[in-house]
Amino acid sequence: MTIAAGYNFGYLDEATKRMIRRAILKAVAIPGHQVPFGSREMPLPYGWGTGGIQVTASILGPRDVLKVIDQGADDTTNAVSIRRFFAKVAGVATTERTTDATLIQTRHRIPETPLREGQILVYQVPMPEPLFRLEPRVTETQRMHALADYGLMHVKLYEDIARYGHVAISYNYPVMVNRRYLMAPSPIPAFDNPKMDRMPALQLFGAGREKRIYAVPPHTEVRSLDFEDHPFVPIRADAACSLCGSRDTYLDEIVTDDRGGRRFICSDTDWCASRREEGR
Amino acid sequence: MAYVAVKGGEDAIAHAHAWLAEARRGDPAVLELSVAQIGQQLGLAVDRVMAEGSCHDRGLAALAIKQARGDLIEAAFLLRAYRTTLPRFGASAPLDTAAMLVRRRISATYKDLPGGQVLGPTFDYTHRLLDFAMEAEGAAPPEPAPEAEADGAPMPRVSGILAQEGLMAAEPASDAPPGDLTREPLAFPADRPLRLQALARGDEGFLLALGYSTQRGYGNAHPFVGEIRMGEVAVGLTPPELGFEISIGDITVTECGMVNQFAGSRTEPPQFTRGYGLVFGHGERKAMAMALVDRSLRAAELGEEAAAPAQSPEFVLYHCDNVEATGFVEHLKLPHYVDFQSELEKIRTLRATADAAQREAAE
Repeated sequence: MTIAAGYNFGYLDEATKRMIRRAILKAVAIPGHQVPFGSREMPLPYGWGTGGIQVTASILGPRDVLKVIDQGADDTTNAVSIRRFFAKVAGVATTERTTDATLIQTRHRIPETPLREGQILVYQVPMPEPLFRLEPRVTETQRMHALADYGLMHVKLYEDIARYGHVAISYNYPVMVNRRYLMAPSPIPAFDNPKMDRMPALQLFGAGREKRIYAVPPHTEVRSLDFEDHPFVPIRADAACSLCGSRDTYLDEIVTDDRGGRRFICSDTDWCASRREEGR
Repeated sequence: MAYVAVKGGEDAIAHAHAWLAEARRGDPAVLELSVAQIGQQLGLAVDRVMAEGSCHDRGLAALAIKQARGDLIEAAFLLRAYRTTLPRFGASAPLDTAAMLVRRRISATYKDLPGGQVLGPTFDYTHRLLDFAMEAEGAAPPEPAPEAEADGAPMPRVSGILAQEGLMAAEPASDAPPGDLTREPLAFPADRPLRLQALARGDEGFLLALGYSTQRGYGNAHPFVGEIRMGEVAVGLTPPELGFEISIGDITVTECGMVNQFAGSRTEPPQFTRGYGLVFGHGERKAMAMALVDRSLRAAELGEEAAAPAQSPEFVLYHCDNVEATGFVEHLKLPHYVDFQSELEKIRTLRATADAAQREAAE
């Protein structure tokens, strides 16, 4: 594939890419710490993954194989649109196979197939600040991070348990990275949180509108916040995938009629399809 | 075969874009709108798109309005996305608005003042009656408005007149290069040049509502329009290879200087303070709202109580950008079914726990 005329490889100019790579290097050096960066206006709207797109654009090389997923699927409209964008402005090879990809940009999921060393997972992040629902002032949350003062979040979890018997957070469940920084894992389901822990792949997080980049280097400890007597429990629908029969993957619930009919299918379309091929 | 979830593929996207193009054009029996027509006859829309798109180019702004089907926020976004790709080869010298070739200049604080009042092309004092005569096309263009000879007298700014008497708080002068939001992320405390940059790019509607709120008691403002002026100013640039300043063209801007009471503090006597607004083109509403909000954001520095939304720099500056705001609000229409699924499971679990607790209590 060739690159669209008039655009630099990966759309961004080289100086901008370098600025973003510097932010990424700093982020990798301080796992879980949010690094401000000079986010640019992209030809896609804020909220559509401009942070992830800028991170991907800055680290993408001509020999990379790119996979883009949204809600775990390769064929959702926004994933298709972003994959086409990079095919157009970088001319890179794209794939739907998790195992074939060197770089995976994702919104809201971590692939079911365990990632390996050398792969990079780029998350699209709407709100990088894990504390923003408890304290909207950035000046305050920056102070809390500096002092590792996360009492506010522990109190929130405690109050949830006191009131409901469970922590009432089901996605974007806060994690401690390398025992130092509280981090928003982006709105992945809490089910995916354990996959982040000591993942062999590099995890990069880009928030375009909020102008922040953060990272989890390979093999870094990522612990979902919990209490000894109320350990973290990943949740999924208690059902089997109606396509591949999986009982241990994250499922989407499909409403099949207006009389309460439900089916469940794997949210990770590549994983589900591969399993069906193997079973054949 | 089991139920297959509906997913949008490349075809769906391509077809949606084709439909959009058709809807944009409308009935082909109606003449197509030209970019030149938009530039000439929807000039205030072009001004707004240039201001919020923070790119001064009437032609591109008009094109953006056409492409966006008249959605001005979408047009500002198109212009911004284009702007980011442009190389930067310098920064202009500060505009000298005192030397403006004035088309409109009014003061609400003085009945008459040096340079006089110039009403200019304004909606003020028009009766808002729909002019059905305009429905007919092909009418002769309006007669040229009567012109008066400019008297050439200088038009000093009202804030300067007050400053002469020592009644207007002095602004600290600085030659430091101002920050640039489009290159560096916003950080706090944000100094005034940075705040003004954000406000100048900010959404007119948002600033209007915030400015309005300061008049209704959320911020305790006592503003007077010292002056609004609109007209052409020269943009000067010093190319490094020349070493001296040259004029690279004229642009139209609207400037508003609000005069606000200040009760004084232990170190400062009672005096007036400034709120400042400046926008591309003819944008009085925006310039005035910007001046109100600029002044209210100075509350902390002036030692005033700062409890209202319009007095919180974080609240105002993080939310005034309509390209950011529209992106985050509208992204809610993207698929969220993975998150929603986890919410479903969570709420089912919580309800089961609550039911069990109730049954236990009943037994």
